[in-house]
Amino acid sequence: MTKLLEWLFGGSVVAAVWALVTFDLLDLSLPQTYREVAWPMPLYLLVSFGCYSLATVGYRVATFNDCDEAAKELQEQIKEAKEDLRKKGLKM
Amino acid sequence: MASRKTSHQKRDNGDKYSVLLPTYNERENLPLIVWLLVKYFGESGYNYEIIVIDDGSPDGTLEVGEQLQKIYGEDKILLRPRAKKLGLGTAYIHGMKHATGNYIFIMDADLSHHTIFLFVRKQKEGNYDLVSGTRYQGNGGVYGWDLRRKLISRGANFLTQVLLRPGASDLTGSFRLYKKKVLESLIERCVSKGYVFQMEMIVRARQLNYTIGEVPISFVDRVYGESKLGGNEIVSFVKGLLTLFATT
Ligand SMILES: Nc1nc2c(ncn2[C@@H]2O[C@H](COP(=O)(O)OP(=O)(O)O)[C@@H](O)[C@H]2O)c(=O)[nH]1
Ligand SMILES: [Mg+2]
Repeated sequence: MTKLLEWLFGGSVVAAVWALVTFDLLDLSLPQTYREVAWPMPLYLLVSFGCYSLATVGYRVATFNDCDEAAKELQEQIKEAKEDLRKKGLKM
Repeated sequence: MASRKTSHQKRDNGDKYSVLLPTYNERENLPLIVWLLVKYFGESGYNYEIIVIDDGSPDGTLEVGEQLQKIYGEDKILLRPRAKKLGLGTAYIHGMKHATGNYIFIMDADLSHHTIFLFVRKQKEGNYDLVSGTRYQGNGGVYGWDLRRKLISRGANFLTQVLLRPGASDLTGSFRLYKKKVLESLIERCVSKGYVFQMEMIVRARQLNYTIGEVPISFVDRVYGESKLGGNEIVSFVKGLLTLFATT
């Protein structure tokens, strides 16, 4: 199953459950409060997922390591390499 | 661990590491990355070879390669040039054909990353089929990136994680260690180009149930030459992502 199909499958299951509860398709005579909670649920889920995404990406951008050490080390290695290569007869 | 004690002697466990270095206009970088690799491999005692796949760089990268070959020997530096620029994906295939190692390192020649120790150790630790460098975990990270680039990188990575759940944290990284057989079987299945190529390699690896180890790396943006991240790259990335989403 491709990822796209997995998403479509998952989405339809959620949509079916939502419709069942919201419109009481099986005539389970669910309490009114269930239906009231279920009705705006997709919007809530969407908004929470959006917030979660923004928060996660924001946090990860903020905590993205700056490898100053590694860059400094590399500069030193480059210097050393150039010297050594010149000694070995490399013409750049 | 017993193996640590022998770290400065020749290790003759039959393992050989082939490093594939595709180059295009890397005259400045090639000698430096080769020097670093020779140094690391020399210290570790592992058997190795460096395969330079130059695509007719107009800046004379190949001549530099020839000089390096004289310095370090033809058994260590292998030049497998091609006449013109044919792209990264096919450069790997081309290089792999000439590789005699049972493990293969793939990395850029632009000095953005070069520490091989961690990869080898990680691979041995879990006998992983492939070990992938990650900028997004542990003490991995980047150097020389502005906020915009960090945001694009993290955003694209998040989107990819959500859509593909690939089982690895860095999909577009270009520093990896493969078992040769694994690389062969992956590369013949991969059709994407550019950034998406690296991503597809990981996604296919997961599909084929290969085991993936990860090592934090610090990515230092290229010192010599220009790096490119424009609108074009982003569009082709999104296209590639959606293609993988629909087909894998
Ligand atoms: N042989 C070959 N090497 C290439 C080609 N395009 C890029 N490269 C090399 O592949 C590596 C990655 O390219 P780079 O420009 O650093 O890409 P970036 O890291 O994604 O910005 C570098 O070592 C380049 O020299 C190509 O068409 N053929
Ligand atoms: Mg690069």
